[in-house]
Amino acid sequence: MVEVALTSLGTLDLLSLFAHFTLLSLLSVGGAITTAPDMQRYLVSDQRWITDAQFTASVALAQAAPGPNVLFVAVLGWNVAGPLGAMATLVGIMLPSTTLALWAARWEAKRRDTLAVRAFSAGLAPLTIGLLLATGWVLTDPARGHWELLALVVLTVVVTLRSTASPIWMVAVGMLAGAFGWV
Amino acid sequence: MPTPPDDGGLEPVAPPAPAGRRAPRSTRELYLVFNRLALQGFGGVLAVAQIELVERTGWLTREEFVEALSLAQVLPGPNVCNLALITGDRFFGWRGAVAALAGMMLVPLLIVLALAAAYVHWAHLPAVSGALRGMGAVAAGLVIATALKLARALGANPLGLPLCMAFGGLTFVAIALARLPLVWVVCGLGAVAITTAWWRLR
Repeated sequence: MVEVALTSLGTLDLLSLFAHFTLLSLLSVGGAITTAPDMQRYLVSDQRWITDAQFTASVALAQAAPGPNVLFVAVLGWNVAGPLGAMATLVGIMLPSTTLALWAARWEAKRRDTLAVRAFSAGLAPLTIGLLLATGWVLTDPARGHWELLALVVLTVVVTLRSTASPIWMVAVGMLAGAFGWV
Repeated sequence: MPTPPDDGGLEPVAPPAPAGRRAPRSTRELYLVFNRLALQGFGGVLAVAQIELVERTGWLTREEFVEALSLAQVLPGPNVCNLALITGDRFFGWRGAVAALAGMMLVPLLIVLALAAAYVHWAHLPAVSGALRGMGAVAAGLVIATALKLARALGANPLGLPLCMAFGGLTFVAIALARLPLVWVVCGLGAVAITTAWWRLR
């Protein structure tokens, strides 16, 4: 890959990259990761801008780095077309959804005491907890069948429930245990 | 006499906080706290967001956090980014929303792009892939613990605990085990739960 150029794509390609991620933004209920299969189809199969391995590595890298997981979208854009590519994908995936979220939050805040909004919040609260548990479960996929990794998951749950210390310490434990090959 | 320049912060005035509640004093504080929580969020920010916003700063109660998160989850877009927008907007309007989102994303973006540029050089090292695996297991544990902590907020839910556990459990089974699309679950089960809550609250 060319490392010096600001982008390796033409203007039209860059615009279509941006437009595609803008579309995905409004479909990304549950987070940008839910549209990852479509991103893979577009970037790897259709446009052939990056390889399958590059795609998977981009997601894993952003998950390991600090910050929101949506940043994997910027890594994808970076791998496609350098800094401008990263801007195109990240602004594309963020702009429509943030605008909508802000508008919806205000709409909801104004009507917080109405029956409809109270029912909406109360009804969705248990689903939110269930979704969180499901996310945790899906994230344990690589740990199934590896008792050391499962022990690390359980240890993390216990420590986190019993303390308000920053989770960064547990992350450091996980990182070291992994780097030394203990898990 | 011209008005003296302020201390260089982005913020003119903090809005009045509800009595007895803690609130960010400025958009800068909002930015800094969201930056701090994002930088601690390896493998996802939600666990740290709960600790920082509910347990440390006390800007949101556990119930408010669940309410904001519920909204953030049904809206398109990254949940934690929506959560930052909603929280920021609540205290300082759109300037707060911008400050919180910028705090959440700016520095992490630079870090992740630097890592992406460097990754090609050390991807083959076993220690690196091992570290990623270990951090992944911790990330999973953090999300599970967050769910268990927030589940306590359901005690105040008008649905009552048994129904809450039923809806939460069904959601878990539908998403984690049956791997149904989220949209179906939210539209189907969500509609039933909201209707039940509406009927109980009436």
